[in-house]
Amino acid sequence: MAKFEKANSVGEWLDQRLNTTALTKVLMTEYWIPKDINFLWAMGVLLAVTFKILVISGLFLMMYYKPDVALAFDSVNYTIMQEVAYGWLFRHMHGVAASVVFLIIYIHMFTGIYYGSYKQGREMIWISGMLLFMTFSAAGFSGYMLPWGQMSYWAAMVITNLFGGVPVIGDALVVWIRGDFNVADATLTRFFMLHVFLLPIVIMGIIGLHFYTLRIPHVNNQEGADIDYDAEAEKYLAGNKKEAKVIPFWPIFISKDFAILGIFLIFYFYLVFFHYNFAMDPVNFDPADAMVTPAHIYPEWYFLWSYEVLRGFFFDVGPVKAFDIGLMAFGFANVIFLVLPWLDRDPAILPAHKRPGFRVWFWILMVDLIVLTVYGKLPPTGINAWVGFASASVFILLFVALPFITKADAKKRGA
Amino acid sequence: MRELKILAVVVAFTLVTYWGVEPFAHSQMHPHVDPADYKFTDVQEDVKDVNALTGDAQNGAALVQANCTACHSIEKEGFPQLMDNASAAAAYGVVPPDLSSAGKIYSADYLAAFIKDPVKASKVAHKFQDGRVHPMPGYGWMQAQEIADMVAYLQSISPKEMTNKEVFVDACQRCHGIKYGDMKGGSMAAKTPDENIKAYMGKLPPDLSQYIRSRGESYLHTFVNDPQKHLEGTAMPRVGLTEEAETQVIKYMQEVGDSKKAEREALGPKFLIYLVIFAIFAWLWKASKWREVH
Repeated sequence: MAKFEKANSVGEWLDQRLNTTALTKVLMTEYWIPKDINFLWAMGVLLAVTFKILVISGLFLMMYYKPDVALAFDSVNYTIMQEVAYGWLFRHMHGVAASVVFLIIYIHMFTGIYYGSYKQGREMIWISGMLLFMTFSAAGFSGYMLPWGQMSYWAAMVITNLFGGVPVIGDALVVWIRGDFNVADATLTRFFMLHVFLLPIVIMGIIGLHFYTLRIPHVNNQEGADIDYDAEAEKYLAGNKKEAKVIPFWPIFISKDFAILGIFLIFYFYLVFFHYNFAMDPVNFDPADAMVTPAHIYPEWYFLWSYEVLRGFFFDVGPVKAFDIGLMAFGFANVIFLVLPWLDRDPAILPAHKRPGFRVWFWILMVDLIVLTVYGKLPPTGINAWVGFASASVFILLFVALPFITKADAKKRGA
Repeated sequence: MRELKILAVVVAFTLVTYWGVEPFAHSQMHPHVDPADYKFTDVQEDVKDVNALTGDAQNGAALVQANCTACHSIEKEGFPQLMDNASAAAAYGVVPPDLSSAGKIYSADYLAAFIKDPVKASKVAHKFQDGRVHPMPGYGWMQAQEIADMVAYLQSISPKEMTNKEVFVDACQRCHGIKYGDMKGGSMAAKTPDENIKAYMGKLPPDLSQYIRSRGESYLHTFVNDPQKHLEGTAMPRVGLTEEAETQVIKYMQEVGDSKKAEREALGPKFLIYLVIFAIFAWLWKASKWREVH
C-alpha cells in the first residue's frame, strides 16, 4: 500500500487517497482548448446544464407521476400542476428543457458539420455525439408519452406502427414493443421505465464516452488549424499566455461558457415562465382517447424533419408500397449522419467557408431541413405532399452527392 | 463582430423554424373564423317584434309560472326542482336548466328567440330530424308582448352579480363536468348522468378541466358563442351567453385549468432579474479571465 502521512487539510487527505491534484489537472486546469473558438463551442456546456435541469426536474416530477393509464393524465395535469408546491414550475422546466435541449443539440451538431469537426481523428467524437442524439430522441419520445394525452397516445401509435415495416418479424415486433396488441397500459409502464431509468443511464454513459473521445484528438477550432498541443501548453504554463494558442478548460474556457450560459438561462427561463406553450402541444391536454383520431397527427418539432422524410414518399413505385419507401427513406435519414466522416472525402479539416462546394451543400441542407420541419407539421395534402416529396428527395440526394462535392473541393485546392 | 454575425445567423434560422412550426402551421390547420357575435344577428329578424315592445315583469311572472315551471325550476322564486337530476334526465333527455339566472347570463334577444323556437336559436336543427323533437317546445304561438313580458320577468328576478363559478354551473354544468374544479369533492361532475347525456348528445361531452390549455382563450370565445363555427354538425347547442357571462365562464375555466397563473406571473420576473445579475457577473468574470490570454 502507498505510504500515507498525516494530512494537514481535507484537500490533502483526499489528494493522498484519490490523487485529486492530478485529476484536476487532467480534467480541468491542464485540459487544453484552442483559443480560436467562438460561442458555438459553448453548446456542449449548455447541453450538460440542460441535461442536468432535465434530470433534477424529472426526479421531482417522478415523485408524483403515476404510470397508469387511468391515473397518468390527472397525476400530471392535476396533482403536479395544481396540488404540489411549484409542481407547475418543475413541469414547465422539464417540458421546455426537453424542447430546448434539441435546439442546442442541433446547433451543436451543425457547428460540428460546418467546421468539419467530425473528420480525420475526430470520428469517435462525432459518432458518440450522434449516439447521444439518438438516445436523446428515444428519451424525448418515451417521455412525451407519459402524460397520456391525446397526441402522446397517437404519436406512440404511429411510431410503434413503423416497426411493422420490418420484414418478416414486423407484426410480432410491434406487439413485443407495445407489450400488448394495442398501445395500452403495458406500453405506458415500459416507456416510463425507459424514460426515467434505462435511457438516462445510457445517456450519462455516452456523455462520459463523448467527453473521453475529445481527450486525444482535442477540440477543433474556427480555422481547422492543426495545433501542437504539447508545445502550446508549455508556452502557456511558462506564463506566455498571450502567445499560446491554447487555454485551459478551467478557468479560462469555462468563464466564457458561463457568460454564454447566463444569456441562455435568461432565454430558457423566459420560455419557462412566459412562453411554455410552444413546447406543449395543446392537443396533448385532451386525455388519450383510443376511439377518436386527432385531425392531424404530428410529432414534436425536433422530429418533424425526419417525420416528413417518412411521409414524403407518398406513392407506390411499381410493386414497392409507399409505406415501405418512406420507411427506407426514414431509416436512411436516421443513420446517414452517423457515417458523415466517411462521406466527406476532403482530407483537410477546414470550415465550410473555405470549401466552396461544401459551403453550398451545407446551406442547402440547412434550408432543406427547415422546409422538411415546417411541412412535417402541415397536413400532407395537395401541394404540401409534393413539397414534402421534393424536400425529402433533396435531403437524400444531398448525401449521395456529398462524396463527389467534397472530392471536387479537395481537387480544386490541389490536395 | 464575427460572433455577433454568427449569432444573427443562428437566431434567424431558429426564428424561421419557430415561425414555420408554430404561427404558420397553426394558421394552416385552424382556419380563421369570424369573431364572436354577441348580437346573435341571425335571429334579430325573428325577435324584431319582441324588441319593439317593453316587457311587463309582473305579467311575465304569471306567464312563466303557468308555462315553464312544469319542467323548469326557479329555485330563487320558490319553485324547486320537482325531480332529482337522474329522473329529470331520464324524463327529458337532459336536466332542464333552473331559470333563476337565465335573465342575467343569456342575452335578452337570444332568450326571446329561444322561447319562440329553441331549435333554431340554439342551432341544433340537424339533431332533431326524423321524428326526434327538442325536449322544449317552441312558444312561437304566443303574442310578442307575452314573450317580452316573460323575458322581462326572467331579467327582473336574476341576480345582479354572479361569481365566475356560478355562471359556469348555470351555463355549462348540465352537460359538461369540470372535475379539476373540485377533484376530491366531485361536485363539479356534469349534472346529467353519463348514460342520459350520451344518448341525448350522441357522445359524452368532454370534461372541461383542461380546455383552457387544449383550446385556448380565443378559440373558446368563438366556440362557446357559436359551436357550429368550429365544429360543424356538433351536438352542442348555442347557449346564447352574453359577452360578460361568456367571459366569466372562460375565467372560471382558467381558474380551474391554469390555477397557478398568478403565482407563475409573480415568480417569473424575479427569476429573470436574478439571471440577469448572474449573466452580468459571468461576463465580468469572463472579461477578467480572457484579458490574461488576449
